[in-house]
Amino acid sequence: MLTIWACIAATAVVGFAIKAAGPAVLGARPLPEQVRAVVALLAPALLVALVVGHLLGSRWSGLDVTVLAGVAAAIAARLRKAPMLLAVVVGVVATALLRAAA
Amino acid sequence: MTASADQPGDRARPTRTDALRAGMRVGWGLAAGSFVLAVTFGATARQAGWGVLAPVVASMTIFSGSAQFALVAGLLGGGVGWAAVASAALINLRFLPMSLAVTPALHGGRLRRALEAQAVVDGSWVAAHLGQGRFDRRVLFGATLPQWPAWVAGTALGVLLAPPADLERALGLDLVFPAFFVLMLVDELGSPGRAPMARTVGATSAVITALLLLVVPVSPALLGGSAAALLGLRRHGSHSVGEVRGR
Repeated sequence: MLTIWACIAATAVVGFAIKAAGPAVLGARPLPEQVRAVVALLAPALLVALVVGHLLGSRWSGLDVTVLAGVAAAIAARLRKAPMLLAVVVGVVATALLRAAA
Repeated sequence: MTASADQPGDRARPTRTDALRAGMRVGWGLAAGSFVLAVTFGATARQAGWGVLAPVVASMTIFSGSAQFALVAGLLGGGVGWAAVASAALINLRFLPMSLAVTPALHGGRLRRALEAQAVVDGSWVAAHLGQGRFDRRVLFGATLPQWPAWVAGTALGVLLAPPADLERALGLDLVFPAFFVLMLVDELGSPGRAPMARTVGATSAVITALLLLVVPVSPALLGGSAAALLGLRRHGSHSVGEVRGR
């Protein structure tokens, strides 16, 4: 149990340091121009990576047709101007129904 | 939900008064996903022998689902502590460029900026992105505010109830998080004003991440996919050459 508490503390400290490092080093100085060019594209790159990571998982073990169908339903709802939360609920219901039917 | 919060890809800068509220509106949706995931984390940690208090404290202090799951997995079956911490740290490494990116939008000296950067979590960071690498710190704070209590409360509920692992799946709740990220992506890339370069980078990131997932765990695959943003250097370089030639 002591190991668990020590690991929680260490992970919390390291996590804090990772987020604090950039601002602590950079302070109020503006980002260098080259860094800004990369940062401007970091959002779509990371977001796509998160989506692919969630949908496929390690060794693509998370690939699930019912999840893909639910995501498609959520996207369809969103494209029909549904609010984001409602679109997610549509996707969740679609996935649950597909799993219940399987 | 205001346009600024509802359509992250097509944002005008919200007013100072509205920004926090707009961020919170996005945050409540993300909090719903966080809550579901946290219930799973609490139940998993309890089953792994973490007891009642440790999972909740972990959620309060670490506040990173992927890192916490990595920690539980790393310690299972008497795993080595430092290796478990290292894997959790590796997963959290993506926050390094993310917090660096928001630094110019934060206020105060180095210490205050370092503290404000703790609000950086995936969904909030994307919601706060105004485009062209600019961020709104109030949207960032607003989006993170509901997620922290939802994450901690969900963990506590998971620890206390320890619901069966297949219940979440049967209810389709495992879709909540990926669906939110997909919809944010649709908004981010789907807006008419979004530069084609962002779409190219997104497609490149998808291919890199998918291929890396075949051979490495999720975290390094995410970092590898995010490296597609380095294509910005190429564009930056070509612009610089063009500017030099134009002189």
